[in-house]
Amino acid sequence: MDQLFDFSPVFDHHEKILEGFEATVRLAVVSAVLSLILGTILVAMRVSPTPVLRATGTFYVNVMRNTPLTLVLLLSSLCVSDTLGILVSDDPRTNYYWFGVFGLSAYTSTFVCEALRSGINTVPLGQAEAARSIGLTFTQSLRMIILPQAFRTVIAPLGSVLIAMIKNTTVVIVASYAEAAAFMKEMFDDYGASIPIFLGFALGFMVLTLPTGFFFGWLAKRMAVAR
Amino acid sequence: MKESGNEADETGSGGPLVVLEKVNKHFGDLHVLKDIDLTVDRGEVVVVIGPSGGGKSTLCRSINRLEPIDGGTILVDGTPLPAEGKALARLRADVGMVFQSFNLFAHKTILQNVTLGPIKVRKVPKAKAEEEAMALLDRVGIANQASKYPAQLSGGQQQRAAIARALAMHPKVMLFDEPTSALDPEMVKEVLDVMTGLAGEGMTMIVVTHEMGFARRAAQKVVFMADGQIVEVNTPDEFFTNAQTDRAKDFLSKILTH
Ligand SMILES: Nc1ncnc2c1ncn2[C@@H]1O[C@H](COP(=O)(O)OP(=O)(O)OP(=O)(O)O)[C@@H](O)[C@H]1O
Ligand SMILES: [Mg+2]
Repeated sequence: MDQLFDFSPVFDHHEKILEGFEATVRLAVVSAVLSLILGTILVAMRVSPTPVLRATGTFYVNVMRNTPLTLVLLLSSLCVSDTLGILVSDDPRTNYYWFGVFGLSAYTSTFVCEALRSGINTVPLGQAEAARSIGLTFTQSLRMIILPQAFRTVIAPLGSVLIAMIKNTTVVIVASYAEAAAFMKEMFDDYGASIPIFLGFALGFMVLTLPTGFFFGWLAKRMAVAR
Repeated sequence: MKESGNEADETGSGGPLVVLEKVNKHFGDLHVLKDIDLTVDRGEVVVVIGPSGGGKSTLCRSINRLEPIDGGTILVDGTPLPAEGKALARLRADVGMVFQSFNLFAHKTILQNVTLGPIKVRKVPKAKAEEEAMALLDRVGIANQASKYPAQLSGGQQQRAAIARALAMHPKVMLFDEPTSALDPEMVKEVLDVMTGLAGEGMTMIVVTHEMGFARRAAQKVVFMADGQIVEVNTPDEFFTNAQTDRAKDFLSKILTH
């Protein structure tokens, strides 16, 4: 019983725990950037006037979004990296880091895409018509008029997508890259599953996710488009 | 940058600026434009008038291909409307459009609204585009609003900004689709004054409006449209005092009695 409420393992291993969270942050930040870029490309495909691009975008989003992240990560690390022998780096930890990032981004980008697409639907049709009427091409009007307004209306939902992504980094262990949650399991093995260890890690994630939520909420208010 | 779209073009080919021949358009089963023939000369101001649902907006929007047509031809300055892509974008740059609901870019300032086209489409250097934009905004009387966002302006100011945005492209022809219908009565005049000024300077204009005063003051021709057809073409004075067709007389009696 005593051992259940013993905080000492958390304090004794705070360096290792911080190291775990550092790995989490490294995964999250790079995956967030990649997901946003990839999600934007996907949404451009999904609203493009070219049927092939539209079909490809729709197919990709529907497949990725409906596949469990664990499978996506296994595909990325086991199939692509191990079986096909494609390596980003000779150092295994760096290599698996990148394949973790790729898997996580490939998956998260579909949610970014769908959030953006709902944002595009809130931009009045007249905005696109006005853009076309001054001679902007489809791509220009998407880039300069539609997407900037769509982004601003979905900042808050994008925040939720990124929070979900931060928590999803805990699955990346299946791609052989250890982050905070992997260290937690390690500590459970060493000390038994105790509430302090659990609390320590849960708190760690909240330190990452809560400010993310507050930041996106603040940004959404600040960037709102008045109509 | 090529010269097209600048005032210099008025010295170009001498023919009419906009020609519609046997233009047809369907929305599903609905036949919205039926064999429309219309010629607009350089410097001419044409007012399009008629009952709701008659196809006025569709006609206006087909001229810069915001609505594709399914039969007939439309020539702008002697060139048939391109189907898609870069050529169509280039044509649209030469055809200014002013919408009933203004459609100013909501996330850009008034100045940015006006300079966007010249900078991105005409490749005018930013400083020069801004200088020209300020002159245009001054001309429509809202130079002091340049750094505001559209939502901060009154309807009349927004519509004048939208006119400035279209003019900044040096269009050959301007299309107006009920530019004053969404405005409070006290703001109608400020917009019509700008349009009358433009007409006086020789701008070619196609204007969908029920503003009789404007039609009489500025237009050379009134086109009466109903049920997808051009029913009558007349001079403004003749049309409003002595319409030739029963359909037009009937319509006028309805809008004149209130
Ligand atoms: N995108 C569309 N899809 C289907 N039907 C349409 C569409 N746009 C217009 N219509 C129909 O086409 C007909 C002509 O419409 P249009 O807007 O050109 O009329 P209008 O003369 O401008 O009328 P108003 O004075 O009300 O603006 C109407 O019956 C309208 O319902
Ligand atoms: Mg209309």
